[in-house]
Formats: sequence, C-alpha cells, structure tokens
Amino acid sequence: MTRPDRRAESSSNRLPRWVVGGLAVPATVFIGVFYLWPVGTLIGRSFTLESLRSALHDPAIRHIAWFTTWQAGLSTMLTVAIGLVPAYLLARFEFRGRRLLTAAITVPFVLPTVVVGAAFLALLPDRLDQSVIAIVMAHVFFNVAVVVRGVGGLWEQLPPDLGAAARTLGASPSRTMREITLPLLTPAIAASASIVFLFTFTSFGVVRLLGGPAHPTLEVEIWQQATRFGDVGVAAVLSVAQLVVLGLAVAWFSRLQTTHRRALDLAPLTHRQRARTPRQRAFVIGATIAILVAIAVPVAALVDRSLRTGPGHSLAAWRSVFGAHANDASRPTVVAGFDPLASVVTSLRFALIAMVISVVVGGCAALAISTLRRGGRLLDTGLMLPLGTSAVTIGFGLLITFDTAPFDWRGSPWMIPLGHALVATPFVVRLLLPVLRSIDPDLRDAASTLGASPIRVWREIDLRMLGRPLLTGAGFALAISLGEFGATSLLTRSGRETLPIAIERLLNRPGALLHAQGYVLATVLAALTFVIIGAVEAVRLGSDQRA
Amino acid sequence: MKRHTASVVALALIAAACGSGTTSSPEPKPTSLTLVAYDSFSVEPEAFNAFTTATGIAVKVVTAGDAGTMLSKAALTAGKPEGDVMWGVDNTLLARALRSEVFRPYTSPQLSALNPEAVALAPRHELTPVDEGDVCINYDIAWFAEHELAPPTTLDELTQPAYRDLLVVENPATSSPGLAFMLATIAASGDAGWQQYWQSLRANGVSVVDSWDQAYYEQFSASTGKGPRPLVVSYGSSPPAEVVFASPRPDTAPTGVMASSCFHQVEFAGVLRGTKYPTASGQLVDYLVSMAFQEMLPLTLFVYPVRTGATVPQEFTDYAVRPKDPLTVSPAEIEAKSKDWITTWTEIVVR
Repeated sequence: MTRPDRRAESSSNRLPRWVVGGLAVPATVFIGVFYLWPVGTLIGRSFTLESLRSALHDPAIRHIAWFTTWQAGLSTMLTVAIGLVPAYLLARFEFRGRRLLTAAITVPFVLPTVVVGAAFLALLPDRLDQSVIAIVMAHVFFNVAVVVRGVGGLWEQLPPDLGAAARTLGASPSRTMREITLPLLTPAIAASASIVFLFTFTSFGVVRLLGGPAHPTLEVEIWQQATRFGDVGVAAVLSVAQLVVLGLAVAWFSRLQTTHRRALDLAPLTHRQRARTPRQRAFVIGATIAILVAIAVPVAALVDRSLRTGPGHSLAAWRSVFGAHANDASRPTVVAGFDPLASVVTSLRFALIAMVISVVVGGCAALAISTLRRGGRLLDTGLMLPLGTSAVTIGFGLLITFDTAPFDWRGSPWMIPLGHALVATPFVVRLLLPVLRSIDPDLRDAASTLGASPIRVWREIDLRMLGRPLLTGAGFALAISLGEFGATSLLTRSGRETLPIAIERLLNRPGALLHAQGYVLATVLAALTFVIIGAVEAVRLGSDQRA
Repeated sequence: MKRHTASVVALALIAAACGSGTTSSPEPKPTSLTLVAYDSFSVEPEAFNAFTTATGIAVKVVTAGDAGTMLSKAALTAGKPEGDVMWGVDNTLLARALRSEVFRPYTSPQLSALNPEAVALAPRHELTPVDEGDVCINYDIAWFAEHELAPPTTLDELTQPAYRDLLVVENPATSSPGLAFMLATIAASGDAGWQQYWQSLRANGVSVVDSWDQAYYEQFSASTGKGPRPLVVSYGSSPPAEVVFASPRPDTAPTGVMASSCFHQVEFAGVLRGTKYPTASGQLVDYLVSMAFQEMLPLTLFVYPVRTGATVPQEFTDYAVRPKDPLTVSPAEIEAKSKDWITTWTEIVVR
C-alpha cells in the first residue's frame, strides 16, 4: 500500500512550481478563450425565451431532431449487429493474416468522413445516393471498428469453457450465444454502442454528401441555418440543444464505463484457437473474405470514379488537377471556380499549424496536469470538453464570438487551424498523460541523488520518454486537421478551400470532370491519411517492441 | 487614480489618431481586386483585361457557392469580406442583403444609363443592377415531339398526369432560380392556393435538387448531361445557350420556354463593406455596367444587359423569351414572408 501513495505524491516531476504553473497557462488560455467563451456566447445568444420556444415548437426542427435520432439509432443497431461478426472472428480464432485483418478493419475508422461519404457516393447507384440507406451504410462502414475493438477486447477474455459447458448441457449454439455469451458481452456492447451513437448523432460529412435536401441531421441543419439561410438565432438554439443532448449522453456513457469495469474483473487472457472443424474453417475464411471485400469495395469505387471522366478509364481528371488546366474548356459554364490543387497545399499548411498548436498546448497541458493535483484534474476535464462538442458547434462558436473589434478575427486564416487544434489537443493530452504518469519516480529520485538539477532530470528522463507519444500525437493532429470538415465548413473562406471543402464542392457541381476531380482529391486525402496513420502506427509499434 | 486618468487620455488620443489616420490618409492603390461571385459565374478572366489595362488593377474571381450561400456567408462576416466586390445578389435576396449591411453604398456615375426600374429597387445604392432576365420553365422540344405530347403552357397543366415525373426544380432554400420559381407560383396562385399547388406538383412527381447546375446539367434531358427530365426551371434566355454551345450548331434552339411560368429577376453587384479599396472597387462596379462588359453578358451568363442601348446578339432575339408581363413579388413582401414560405415549401415538397 505504501508504493502507490508514494508514487502519487512524487509523480510530480521535479520542475519548480512556477514552471509547472506556467505550463498550465497556454492550455488554460486556449480552452478559455477559444472554447468556453464561444460556447458561452452561443448560450447567451440563443437563450432568449422567444427563440427557444419558437425553435422547440417548429415542426421542421422537430422533424430534423427526430430524423437525427432515429438514423443514429438505426446506424448504431446495424453497426453493432454487423460488428459482432469480425469481433467474434478476431476474438476467438488464430489464423494467418489475423494482424493484417485487424489493421484493415481500422482503416475505415481513420478515413475522413468526407472521404467515406465520397466513397459511398461513388459506390452506390444514383437512385440510392441521397437516401437514408446510403447514410446508414456509410455509418456502419465507418464505425464497425469501434465495435470490433470495444467488444472484441472483452470477448477475447471470456473463457470459452462457459459456452462449452452450456453446449454439453444441451443448449444449441444460438441459445448459448443468446443466453451466455451476449449477456456477458453486454457492458462492452453498450459502451461501443454509445460511442457509435454519439458519432452518428453528430454525423456531418457523411450526411452532407449523402443526405440531399430531404435528410438534414441537427448538425447539418446548424450549418445550413447559419451559412445558407443566414439565421444565426436558430443555429445558436440548435447548437445549444445539441450540446445538452451530447452532454447527457457523455455523462451516461462514462457512468456505463465505470460499472462495466467493475462488473467483469477478468484476467487479460486470450483464448484464441485455430479453426478445427470444417465449419469453423469455412467461417474463418468466409468472414475474412467478406470483411476484406466490404472494406475494399468502397475505397476501390472511389479510385475508380477518379479515373472516369467519360466512357472508359482515363487519367484526365488527375492530369487536370495536377496539370496546368483545371477547368473544363469545352463548356465554359461549368468551372470549379477554384484551383483543386491549391486545396492540397492549403490543407497541408493548416494541418502543420494545427499540429504545432496542439502539440505545444497539449504537451504543456499534459505536464501541468500530471503535476498539479486539483487544478490538473480541472484542466484535464476542460481540455476534454471539445471532444463532447460537435465540430460544427465549435466552428460556429468561433465565428460568431470573434466578430467585434478588437477581437474581430472572422476570416483570419488562423481560425481554421485553431478550430482543428481544439479537436486535436485532447488526443495529444491523452497520449502523453499515461506515459508521464508511468515514469517511475525512483528513476527521478536516483537522478537527483546523483546530482542532476531538476531541469536536467526533466530533460533526460521525462522528455526522452515523451518523444514517441509526442510524435504519435503530432501525427494524429495532422490527420485530424487534414480530414476536419465540420468546423471548417463554417470558417472556410472562398479561395482558401481545404481538401474536404474542395471535395464536397466539386462533388456537388455538375459535370463528369468536376466530379472526377472531387474523387481525385478524395483519393489524395485518403492516401495522405493512410501515410500519416501508417507512420504513427510504425512509431507506436516500435515503442511496444522496445518496452 | 491620476495615473489611471492619464492612461485613459493617452488611449483616447491614440484611438483618435488611429481613427483620423484611416479616414484622412489617401486610399492605397491595390494591385488586384477580388470579385466574389456565385458558382455558375462563367465570365472568362480575359473579360477583365480592359479594366486591368485602364487601371493597372488585376481582377481575381472567387466563387462562393450558390447566391444564397454566398450572401449568408457574407452576412456572417459582414465588414470582413472575402473580396472587394460581390456579383450576383438578385431581387429575391435583395432585402436580406440590405438588412445585413453587407454592402457599402456606392453611387455609380453610370446609374443614369441603366434601367431605371432596376436601379429603383436599391434606392440608397448599396447595390447596382448589373443584369436582368427571367426564371422560366424550359422544355426539351425533341422529347415532347417524340412522345407526341404538347409542351405545357400553363402552370396548372404541370399537375396533370400527362406531365407526371417530367419536371425538375431547384430547392428554393438553396438556389435563387428555385426561389424565383416558388415565388412565381405564389404570384400565380396567391397566398391561399400555392401550397395546394405544390402538393399537386409533388403528387405528380416533381424532382428537387439543390442547385441550378445540377438541375440543368444533370437532370434536364436537352442539356449536355442528357438527364432524365424534359422540363426544368431555368431561364428565359437558356435556349440561345443551347444554340451557341452546340456543335454542330443547330438551325433552331432545341429547347423552348414556357412563358407563363416566368418570374422577373434582376441581379446586382456591390462594393463589400470592409474592403480596403472602396474607390478602386467602385471603379470595378462602373466597369461591370460599362457598355463593353454589358454587351458581353448575353453570350457568357445568358442574361440581358441592364444598360439601356446595349445591343443584344441575334441568337438572343431569335431564341430567348422575354415575357412582357412576368410574374413578380415585391422585395418587401419577399423579405417579410420568404422564410415562412420556404419552411412551408420544404414541409410540403421534400419532407
């Protein structure tokens, strides 16, 4: 019992207190000025009783709220039902290519929402795009990884003897599943389902690309009211309403997680086996093929459509994006109105700025949180808040808050990477904190006993161990910024389109060439994301092997 | 306390100095101006060469979505504009544009040469009219001939079974021709009848898309997209475009205009409030209504010049339809009711 106590006490690194206090400043200012103030502004602007009442009684808004809820519910149910198959496969069976399959399943989850939307737009026949079916399919594709990771993790640890015993006693496999396995998995299923529900409830990119005019979600409606109909009041009311719903959902979800942890105290054992019976072998092979096909087909459709500007395949769209002439000369009425290639450069520039902001702010914050006690916990919670806020709300808040001199920053090119950094910083903090907390205090004690100055202790021990998580965090920040669409949709300026904005605009214009250009950019964005996440994984796996 | 007062005085002096500095110093001459326009603004960059030669200022065009989105985004960032001059606010959006103070009044010396009715719509000259036209239903002449069906001549006929699944319209919430056509039906059927009219249209299979581009180029059967529908909400001046761009050039226009469906549209340009170069921006507005630029518009944007005495090319007089007495709704009434109308329309037609 002495050891944890001692650790808690001296897990504070040995930096002077004023330095630690100073480290908390950037994060506090960042979250205070760019998150709490905008959210406060939104609440302030929306809570005139009149606007609230008119919004709640508006049948159109009720309709949208209802649609948002049921499509999220349906998407969640299907995601869980479909996700259980790969979860079972990966939890129970050992086979060649298992690691590859695990990696493949996470691919859709790291793809930007706009890319997923574009992939299904490319895949589905015209009749089906702009329908609920398209939205739900894309949501399932996107979120299956959540279920596989969440449920599979627990499933792996369930002793298979339970099921075997039930079957010996005469239960059919389906009955065993229904009465033994599923009840045991319930906490993990509920936890994954609530995450998927949150994602699909605030879905924006997928719905923008696949929903059409008849199917806005709340998130799309906030954007639409603000930027299309110019009704800031309604948009603010909707943002606050969504904030409340999300707050309740997150609270419920974190309670669920704590009970889940208490309910099953399982040893981290794995009970994977090779497929033995022909039926098992058929299942492993069949399921593996089905999963790979389901992942590969939408991505392949995306690439395929980038090669189609007329009958047959051609590189015309690729050449027009990366060559000199980006416009359709044959028909002067249909032009992109912006340079598609420039959007790649714009996106990379914004992503680098967002990365620097989130690594600096997140890094300082993590050091401060790991040292300060109560203040640290408060800062930790504060930094997590943007994760529970929809991206559109973040962008909208920034847009309407900084609109009066001397803080009139509307249209400033800094606002977009700033919004991205708000979303990315919590990830950086989450990656750094466990490492900081796990540094053995004896190491620091030994170093100071040997005469190292506090600064030197910090540099030689803390900073060295932080190298990898910092790199990983930087990679995530880059990928998040490159794919960010919700906040950007409100902050974007004509002539400075980011990749996701450019993709959406091109796909919504008529003409085969512009469409193909949209798919080219979506392919480029997908490739950039793969490269970044792949590098991050390589760094992470490298650290695993060393440990 | 004394020090406090002193610093307040100092701040006030600085503020005053800054303030007077911005008003009295001469406006710097820009090397380029940015013209913000809607997506389907298809004027070639060369069209601004004469302006650049005369003033030494280049013109960069950026597009900002459909006209409604362009204006709403400009309203959100009023005073911090995306460019210097905006092209394409029309009479259906006019009242909203004036209310949200997006534009800086500019009285062009050319005003007297422009259609006085159009000029009168913005009496304080926040906006200058630049072109006129009519939003009308177009039909595919060959399709109707092939199916031995007479093209519709009245709005009411569109609800008849013979014209089932033939019409594509734009969403009035997102597209200005879409809004114009909805207003045309309101002008025709009145406050009481228009909802019933749209219920019938919906029952008769009307299709709704977000933008004119999509409707015309993807859904309409007589455009390059070879879409499935032979009736589309477009412009009275769309048929000449089908002649000019076709190769080989046809003897007659492949599309016709349903004159009884037309709604009169005036488009405006204005200097964006917050531009660093108001004088140069005014010069650009002057250029947009100059004789040369106005005479170029019919065959690039397929609209009529707003400048009196500008000549219209032969294709226009031959194939475009300009109804004498188009349907219309006053900007004041549009401003007062359009939001409710659009909500009701959405409820009836797309939900």
